[in-house]
Amino acid sequence: MSLRFEGVSMAYTPGVPVLEDIDLEIPPGEFVTIVGASGSGKSTLLSLVAGLTRPTKGRVVLDGRTVEGPGPDRGMAFQSPSLYPWRTVAQNVAFALETRGFSRQARRERVAWLLDEVGLTEHAGKLPGSLSGGQQQRVSIARALARSPKVLLLDEPFGALDVQTKEDMQLFIRQVWRDLGTTVVMVTHDVEEAVFLGRRVLVLASDPGRVARDLRVEPPGDGLEVKRTAEFLAVRAQVEDLVRREHRAHLAAARA
Amino acid sequence: MVSVESPPVERAASPAPRVRLLKTGVSRRTAWVLRIASVAVPFAVWWAVSGSGVVPDRFLPAPPQVWAAFTDMAASGDLRNDLLASLGRIGAGFGLAILVSVPLGFLMGTVGWAQPLFEPIIGILRYLPASAFIPLLIIWLGIGETSKIALLVLGVVFFNTLMTADVVRQVPRRLLDVSATLGAGRARVAARVVFPHSLPGILDALRVNAAVAYNLVVVAELIAATSGLGYRITRAQRFLQTDKIFAILIVIGLIGLTIDVTLRVVRSRVGRWSA
Repeated sequence: MSLRFEGVSMAYTPGVPVLEDIDLEIPPGEFVTIVGASGSGKSTLLSLVAGLTRPTKGRVVLDGRTVEGPGPDRGMAFQSPSLYPWRTVAQNVAFALETRGFSRQARRERVAWLLDEVGLTEHAGKLPGSLSGGQQQRVSIARALARSPKVLLLDEPFGALDVQTKEDMQLFIRQVWRDLGTTVVMVTHDVEEAVFLGRRVLVLASDPGRVARDLRVEPPGDGLEVKRTAEFLAVRAQVEDLVRREHRAHLAAARA
Repeated sequence: MVSVESPPVERAASPAPRVRLLKTGVSRRTAWVLRIASVAVPFAVWWAVSGSGVVPDRFLPAPPQVWAAFTDMAASGDLRNDLLASLGRIGAGFGLAILVSVPLGFLMGTVGWAQPLFEPIIGILRYLPASAFIPLLIIWLGIGETSKIALLVLGVVFFNTLMTADVVRQVPRRLLDVSATLGAGRARVAARVVFPHSLPGILDALRVNAAVAYNLVVVAELIAATSGLGYRITRAQRFLQTDKIFAILIVIGLIGLTIDVTLRVVRSRVGRWSA
């Protein structure tokens, strides 16, 4: 049981594919990061899993079922936290639980557990507008996790945060992943982040977007200090070179 | 060798002088002084001019005369009846306009086909001045209540529909996407996301259009009515009672202000999150 792309192509305008012929298998519980130059269709890839866009060819299969549209078995968080500004933190997290399947009591317990997991219990009654960027992103992730999705999709979630907050959030999301065992697919333009978090790093090529490299990464440790080791830096440099090459090719293609 | 040591940075002696730009504010005290002056100065000028005898009383009554006219009308019960008649018409006309325009605007802002279907016709209709419909409305509906309420509806409904549609359309795409990934269907997104997000903007539009409705009711009563503040003004005109006209104008202004302030308070309560 896993997340599978079967010959997936996607074109917003006919004849100009953003993604072409993607075949990919992501086993449950994996932390996959996706990097690539602009125009490589990173975000489109996530959008297809979320069911917000449909492939023009092929299909995305989750646990043996073709993805036909959005659903709570795939949680998603974007770079802009996109919280409901009129709802408190707790009410934001509860949004997906406000259906018949959950009693008041069950909802309250679930929200309390999620807020504890993301470390925002004391902010439960606040409006999102009064939180920092990092806190807002935690709410957004807690909200996406409410219905225990099989896959958590993260579209450059820390891209707008300052460096210190970003590193806190990297440790945070890894902890969440360990605690919950959910599959995480994360798009980022930050190669360091991709190599630090991903146990598997996909490098996408552009024009049309396709998987250029599929790398296994085993960092020699857990903490942020790993980022300074020679081993880490070497992998990071290697991935950066790949992305840069694709970026140049994309520019050349755009000019031609 | 790179060093992280650095000499201490000296504090600037005084804050840099602020550049004068447009939209720079004034202090709270100055603002209040100006606010009071904004009303007090014209009032003082009125009193001075009317007391000086330059203008005949018949054209420009002095404030004490106007006050006397006001207490007269208040004591006889005329003022109360006229006020209730006018407010009743606004309640009915404006209420009906809301019942039509808010759902219609919501539809135009959310459903693909509604916009191209309704926008062109409403775009044309809203530029027809409502007061120009008065003769037609009297021919169609007579001089009773119906034609006055119809005038209010005509004057408000088109603007309010388009303004509502604009507000509804401004809900960020991302918020709708997120809601879909959280398992919400179209109806739930409309009720739980689009509506609360739009509510402050809808109230803003209502506040603007309440002023329009309020203006129109007086216009309608000037032309054909047997009650209402506008009717009282035309009657006073017949007997050259400018002091009564002044009193009613002031009442109209104060009631209008009350409506505006009330809607403002509601708006800031509802839209606390968007402030």
